[in-house]
Amino acid sequence: MTLALIDGNAFYCSCERVFDPKVRTRPVIVLSNNDGCAVARTSEAKALGIKMGQPYFMIRGLCRREGVAVFSSNYTLYGDMSARMNAVYRQFSPEVETYSIDESFLDLSGFGHRDLVVLARDLRETVRRWVGIPTCVGLGRTKTLAKLANWIAKQVPELGGVCDLTDPLAYEHWLVRVPVEEVWGIGPASARKLQAMGVESAADLRDLDPRPVRQALTVVGERIVYELRGVPCLALEHLPAERKGCAVTRMFSRRVEDQATVLEAVAAYATRLGEKLRCERLGTDHVHVFFHTSGHDRDRPQHAAAVTVRLPEATSDTLALVAAAKHGARQVWREGHAYAKAGVITTDLVLLEGSQRALIGAMDRERPVGSWQRWMPATGAGGADRWCPPPLVSRRSERGPRSSRCAARAIRPAWMSCRSSGQRQPVFEMGRYCSCRGSNLSWWSKSIMWCSLSTQT
Amino acid sequence: MQALRVVSGDEVYIPLILHALCAGFPSPADDYIEGEIDLNRRHLIANRPATFLFRVAGDCMRDAGIFDGDLLIVDRSLTPKHGDVVVVFVDGERSVKRLLVEDGEPKLVFENRDWPAYPVPHMADIEIWGVATCALHALRQKGPSR
Repeated sequence: MTLALIDGNAFYCSCERVFDPKVRTRPVIVLSNNDGCAVARTSEAKALGIKMGQPYFMIRGLCRREGVAVFSSNYTLYGDMSARMNAVYRQFSPEVETYSIDESFLDLSGFGHRDLVVLARDLRETVRRWVGIPTCVGLGRTKTLAKLANWIAKQVPELGGVCDLTDPLAYEHWLVRVPVEEVWGIGPASARKLQAMGVESAADLRDLDPRPVRQALTVVGERIVYELRGVPCLALEHLPAERKGCAVTRMFSRRVEDQATVLEAVAAYATRLGEKLRCERLGTDHVHVFFHTSGHDRDRPQHAAAVTVRLPEATSDTLALVAAAKHGARQVWREGHAYAKAGVITTDLVLLEGSQRALIGAMDRERPVGSWQRWMPATGAGGADRWCPPPLVSRRSERGPRSSRCAARAIRPAWMSCRSSGQRQPVFEMGRYCSCRGSNLSWWSKSIMWCSLSTQT
Repeated sequence: MQALRVVSGDEVYIPLILHALCAGFPSPADDYIEGEIDLNRRHLIANRPATFLFRVAGDCMRDAGIFDGDLLIVDRSLTPKHGDVVVVFVDGERSVKRLLVEDGEPKLVFENRDWPAYPVPHMADIEIWGVATCALHALRQKGPSR
């Protein structure tokens, strides 16, 4: 693994400097909320002896005397500049973890054949030109080493803002020279303990036996030792789930009275729901299905049906969602009404990876991936390699027209508006997909689904 | 010139719906939209992380079609060339000028016949901040209708 940690130099100050030509050459500090204390300082301000977190009233005189430009914090601006920097990073690597407002980890493992230092300089220069923020880049085999490299790049101007600890020579050279308290995760208390054990430099810490370190500094310390040795213990973290709920609801193009058509529609909405969930790697453990008549049909009897179907565990599997939605719709079906609208709703979405598995009725999460992968290339709708990470189908926009779907929904639905149904080419043959509605789905859809019914008239 | 520091986070999509003109209410047919014209990306903003907006103050670029109060779209990723309208930092001031390169010598000029020629400063003291790609000029006056 090759990671880069890139961060903005005196980030808040640099943001102010991008737009204000008057402070380009002056020392700059940015104050915390309500102008309490200095939270960002340029190197010139540091040279004047202004400390991180120093209260402003203590340095007001100094700032006036030395012509220091003092800014109140403008977090809207900093957030915007941070988003721009991350957008630039994503053009270099798809794997970006935004660690803080001005720090991001980039996974550069795929660039093994390229000169990493040249790449890092290119990245730095692009950020400086496009966004205007000066940065430093640290390269290392692990997060801890990348962070350490970034610190070195900041301290040693001769490096030109890039330090590469993936180079064995640089690795040996720098690790003996970095004091142990500069290692990521080693605070003042840990540093004192380590110094008592005779540890002065990062190299000393690396060469310790991890077991006594674990006793002194818990598993966190042990992890740091391994990370310093180049054994990754901390993976890139992706953003947590933000979407809390999801709904697919539609009016019918005409009133619908027969059960088969409503079930078709519900199946189609559940299919779309599955697509939406898989795009964000989310899952749900319940499906809320509803269909109702129209209040405009005053001469017809009114009916609104709704049901929540619980699944044994969170899933984004289209087959499971379709089965659950149809099961629920059948439960609350009532003949003799002209239905106008139906929909499928879910709330409490969870990230599928790491979600609680069911003790009874656990689903085979690999199954849809396997069967679809075998099936997809034959249809020419994008190779298996292209859509592997989010299981099942990717977004429509990525794979062109809807070329594969569950057979439970109609191929040319009569309930869709004619224009949209006409768009859904090509018509396909779904035999294989049907056949994978097998084994473990059918039994729990009958026995383990708990239904809570709520029917109003 | 006033810098509008934040380009709005929302993208402006104008949905292209063939069968009706929808406004305001989120359309239940949004899955059937034919395509979208993204004014930001396709027409106004080519490179989003490098694009900034500025509000123009003053008439010095009037003959270039840039008026007082217009919104200037500035792309920092472009390399300035002869004839570009550029945002420059001159002597601690931010301004917008036309960049001319004559015989390899860059110079900055006003675009306003009524104004005296721009005193060309030494280029060493100038930072070309970005290249203006577009000026948005509102045609309708703001305020109550009469």
